[in-house]
Amino acid sequence: MNHPLQPDQAGSLKHFLTIEGLKREILVSILDTAEPMTEVTDRSIKKIPLLRGKTVVNLFFEPSTRTRTTFELAAKRLSADVLNIAVDTSATIKGESLLDMLRNLEAMHVDMFVVRHPQSGAAHFIAQHVAPHISIINAGDGRHAHPTQAMLDVFTIRRHKPDFGALRIAIIGDILHSRVARSQIHALNTLLTGEVRVIAPKTLLPVDVESLGVKVFYNLRAGLKGVDVVIMLRLQHERMQAGRLPSEHEYYHRYGLTRDRLQLAKPDALVMHPGPVNRGVEISSSVADGSQSVILEQVSHGIAIRMAVMSMALDRTRAAS
Amino acid sequence: MTSVRIIRNGRIIDPANHEDTVRDLHIDTEGWISRDCPDENIISPNAIIDASGKWVIPGLIDLSARFREPGHEHKADIHHESLAALSGGVTSVCIPPDTNPVIDSPAVVDLIRQKCRGRTVPRIFPLGAATVGLKSAQLSEIAALKDAGCIGISNADMPVPNNQMMRNIMDYSASHGMKIFLGTQERDLARCGCVHEGFIASRMGLAGIPAASEIISITRDLALIETTGVEAHFCRLSTAQGIELIKSAQQHGLPVTADVAVHQLFLTDNDIGGFNSNMHVLPPLRTRRDRDALRQGIIDGVITAICSDHQPHEADAKLAPFAETEPGMSTMDTFLPLILKLATDNIIPLKALIKCCTSHPAKIISKSSGSLSPGFAADIAILDPEPEWIYNTDNGLSRGKNSPFNGWLFTGRISHTLLAGKLCYRRNLPEHGPP
Repeated sequence: MNHPLQPDQAGSLKHFLTIEGLKREILVSILDTAEPMTEVTDRSIKKIPLLRGKTVVNLFFEPSTRTRTTFELAAKRLSADVLNIAVDTSATIKGESLLDMLRNLEAMHVDMFVVRHPQSGAAHFIAQHVAPHISIINAGDGRHAHPTQAMLDVFTIRRHKPDFGALRIAIIGDILHSRVARSQIHALNTLLTGEVRVIAPKTLLPVDVESLGVKVFYNLRAGLKGVDVVIMLRLQHERMQAGRLPSEHEYYHRYGLTRDRLQLAKPDALVMHPGPVNRGVEISSSVADGSQSVILEQVSHGIAIRMAVMSMALDRTRAAS
Repeated sequence: MTSVRIIRNGRIIDPANHEDTVRDLHIDTEGWISRDCPDENIISPNAIIDASGKWVIPGLIDLSARFREPGHEHKADIHHESLAALSGGVTSVCIPPDTNPVIDSPAVVDLIRQKCRGRTVPRIFPLGAATVGLKSAQLSEIAALKDAGCIGISNADMPVPNNQMMRNIMDYSASHGMKIFLGTQERDLARCGCVHEGFIASRMGLAGIPAASEIISITRDLALIETTGVEAHFCRLSTAQGIELIKSAQQHGLPVTADVAVHQLFLTDNDIGGFNSNMHVLPPLRTRRDRDALRQGIIDGVITAICSDHQPHEADAKLAPFAETEPGMSTMDTFLPLILKLATDNIIPLKALIKCCTSHPAKIISKSSGSLSPGFAADIAILDPEPEWIYNTDNGLSRGKNSPFNGWLFTGRISHTLLAGKLCYRRNLPEHGPP
């Protein structure tokens, strides 16, 4: 599957819709661009004028706190004007179509949409139909992709363990419904990670998940053995109602990350989670807050990565015009 | 009043009669194919169609096409879709009952007939709804639908989840000599899905419909067909396993038939790349292995009909994220071209293909048509096998532009279509009436 929409003809990033199909060099350049951005965040005056005069619209068709605020902060630290639009999808379906809404926003001369939508492929759809000068950043589409989350995760990993080829990384939990997991798998494989594992019961795994380039474990203990990074995913309560799991209790007993189980991984293994954390459901508080956890680092790196991606996409448009 | 006609010097390809010869074909004043040669001195030169270098085949019989009337006129209408059908050599069309209102009463059948009146339309054979409103709760008045002219009953694309209800539908249909046209998707496994469950769905994060959905549905229905003795036809097979089930039932003497949608003979789930909503169709595009099995199913005679499964949509129906778009492809404009392509690409022999869209479907709907036998109605398609052309939806006659075949190269084109001996389509001339 190719995504010709992403890089423009000159090879720079125009939209950021998915990791899949992007070259390793592009991923590395996003990571490298994000490095100095972390310094901006540490300054007393946290602003650089890279996107001064640009307008970024956060268009969220799904509730989100973390992702939306980090995108907003990232845009503001780059000196862009930011507009937040939260859309109740139940209201849009019958009334204004997605396309109508886009046309209206385009007419306000914005430069970038950051889009989150409950349907897989929504960001591609918007990128295909939006005016050519506008960049689209996918902030999560259905179960398909959440590329900036995956980039901030690999950024966090790289800061601690830069040699991806030597790493064993396990992703644990609801892979089936997770756009984060799909993007992480593509990012880790593109960066030539030694081994990517997924650990979950079959009810939470996509069919033929091996074809994404992962090793499958149904047993947490077996899967954790010798890993360098443990990535936990959030378990949605709806999965029990849909009959995919018997109870949170049994899930925690089989797949929850506890201090004991973490000892099966390498002693210096990182513990990661895209948030928000369900304590006592997928991870124990002592692990989430423990010394191996980099969960809060992930959040602050989220701002740097989003600054990097936004500036790369909009810088390109400026260079072209 | 129809006049005597001669189709001169065409290559008559009539597989049902094992004929493939160059000769004249005669049509009598009543619009029937005739053995007798009329006296050429008394017929007007306009009544002679020079078919030199052309193929003369029976008019196509399409077992499933939506013309969207009544109720969905914003998508398409009988007038335009009829022109699309006739320009593609299709002279008979079965209409599924999922119009609005649903074809669950004789009044709706009458309404459709009224809408056809005064228009150039192919023969239209409605399928009656098996249950009221297709809701699977109450039997439709199946006997009345039969009297009104429905050639069979169907629950369209709505699965009948309740086994007892399905048994009742079959028992009652069997009592009234009505054939049942069966869908092949089990409700629960298909409910949320929009693509084939496989690695493409997994990559794209789209909810899948497993092949098991079709296997369960066909297995249950075969058991009930055996119990009830109803005449049954399976619509739109999509999986290799589904074909195996039908084949084994046929080998055990169960008189069931099956068809396939023409697009399933070309496209696979691999073609969905980039979330192309024109590839959103039900049953979903399956794997290459399934597609090859469907092709082989035609060669082996397990599948005896190819239909267009034409589902024209307005542009907005496809302008949304993939899963939110309406399923279905507009395929009438490319129905025969795609069938011919299977022959020119040496995938399936021409004669088997022609049977699958003429004499075989005629048998499935119990009509004496689909061949060029003397005494049959002169429903005839004449095509020029040579020209190469590129399909552009903008130039298509269907109002549905939701075709995944836009830009495809085809060989061979219909030049004339006759319905009961009357010229009702001729390329490059106005579509109404003979010149």
